[in-house]
Amino acid sequence: MSEFGKPQSPQLNSHGELQHLLTIEGLPRDVLTRILDTAAPFSEVAEREVKKVPLLRGKSVFNLFFENSTRTRTTFEIAAKRLSADVINLNISTSSANKGETLLDTADNLAAMQADMFVVRHASSGAPYLIAQHLAATGRDHIHVVNAGDGRHAHPTQGLLDMYTIRHYKADFTQLTIAIVGDVLHSRVARSQIHALTTLGVPEVRVIAPKTLLPTGVERLGVRVFHDMREGLRGVDVVMMLRLQNERMQGALLPSSQEYFKSYGLTPEKLALAKPDAIVMHPGPMNRGVEIDSAVADGGQAVILPQVTFGIAVRMAVMAMLAGNS
Amino acid sequence: MPIATQLPDAEALCVALAEAMRPHVDPAATALVGIHTGGVWVAERLHAALGLKIPPGSINVSFYRDDFSQRGLPANAKTSQIPFDVEGAHIVIVDDVLYTGRTIRAAMNELFDYGRPARIDLAVLTDRGGRELPIAPSFCPHSLSLPAAQILALERAEDGGLSFRLIDK
Repeated sequence: MSEFGKPQSPQLNSHGELQHLLTIEGLPRDVLTRILDTAAPFSEVAEREVKKVPLLRGKSVFNLFFENSTRTRTTFEIAAKRLSADVINLNISTSSANKGETLLDTADNLAAMQADMFVVRHASSGAPYLIAQHLAATGRDHIHVVNAGDGRHAHPTQGLLDMYTIRHYKADFTQLTIAIVGDVLHSRVARSQIHALTTLGVPEVRVIAPKTLLPTGVERLGVRVFHDMREGLRGVDVVMMLRLQNERMQGALLPSSQEYFKSYGLTPEKLALAKPDAIVMHPGPMNRGVEIDSAVADGGQAVILPQVTFGIAVRMAVMAMLAGNS
Repeated sequence: MPIATQLPDAEALCVALAEAMRPHVDPAATALVGIHTGGVWVAERLHAALGLKIPPGSINVSFYRDDFSQRGLPANAKTSQIPFDVEGAHIVIVDDVLYTGRTIRAAMNELFDYGRPARIDLAVLTDRGGRELPIAPSFCPHSLSLPAAQILALERAEDGGLSFRLIDK
């Protein structure tokens, strides 16, 4: 419930439990913490002889990817399979949507195939919300929706796996200074990260970017804005790099990627301004030599590959919690 | 079984359970696995009393429960830790109270995802009846009968002392 008395988030049921995961914005701290706590035992499942638990046995999870993705789709697929669900992958950018079928018709058809969960990636902000709303309006709210990235809006499981990673290396959120660097304007990841960090009580969240890559009014999200990367990195515990989203660039927001690297690329020399034990994160895929130097990406402070591994456990936790809250 | 008027002494039952198990365990080869949370405490006691060499494991059956679709995931799900090779091992599953048998079934299912044990035994402090599955303890020094509306829970004090408490549902 927000301070403005808005209705409770549509992703929570009447008991305050997660019904869908659409965005981190507005989720209470105890729900976020609960997801992170639940992910910990799931990370151990990967160490077993049989890397599976039977929680979602007999359930059908549909990966609905209206936009391309390799890492996110694969880790959702692995997570669902480790929960013993049956997983059906649909790359809709290459199927019925091209023949003119609407988003909700697609959802209706898959619901008619006894789907239990939709994992939705879409180029339009709000598409997963629209599906969840439609399911509720048509009395099919036993089907859960997980947002796997919608437009510039949100990428909640990425935000959660980033929080899991930070907690793994840094423990206490309330003692940290964290910098998010790069193309915040086009980044659903950045929005989810900022909401998660402020909800979890991080006292100082910085965003570092050129003016042209920041949304107007970003300060209202509770962040400190820096345009000078060296100044912004000073003394931080965590550096969260963002990918420069060339495919979303319209107009001349940047002079060139070389110029960008000079000012906002993370080099060993710039990283040295952060705390000596600072960790470096990146949601992938990386543009080496554009937003991050290979010496940093492959260096001892990078936790970019552990982020991928933790992502599986976090997605298992989210799907298991949703399926258990029917 | 008579309806319980007095709760059993958990400390005394730990000693009695260890003595019942002693002739049947091989300190070099028998491994204990405690079920979260009470079973883990009892397994620690048994491990010390029997002088076992293999470190005790712990198991969290939350991911294997048959009532997941009704109850969902508990908030306090813990990590299972099996610090030995399950394949070919003699394992004693340890729990505080044996009731319906569903937790034990879930624990056995989970153990088999780590490997194929040679033999599994079950050790509990007390058996409160009410079984819903064909499961019987190998070692059990005490039994009592309780109405379904009551939960018998093992608790650990700050000094490590174990005691039983009766909770009304």
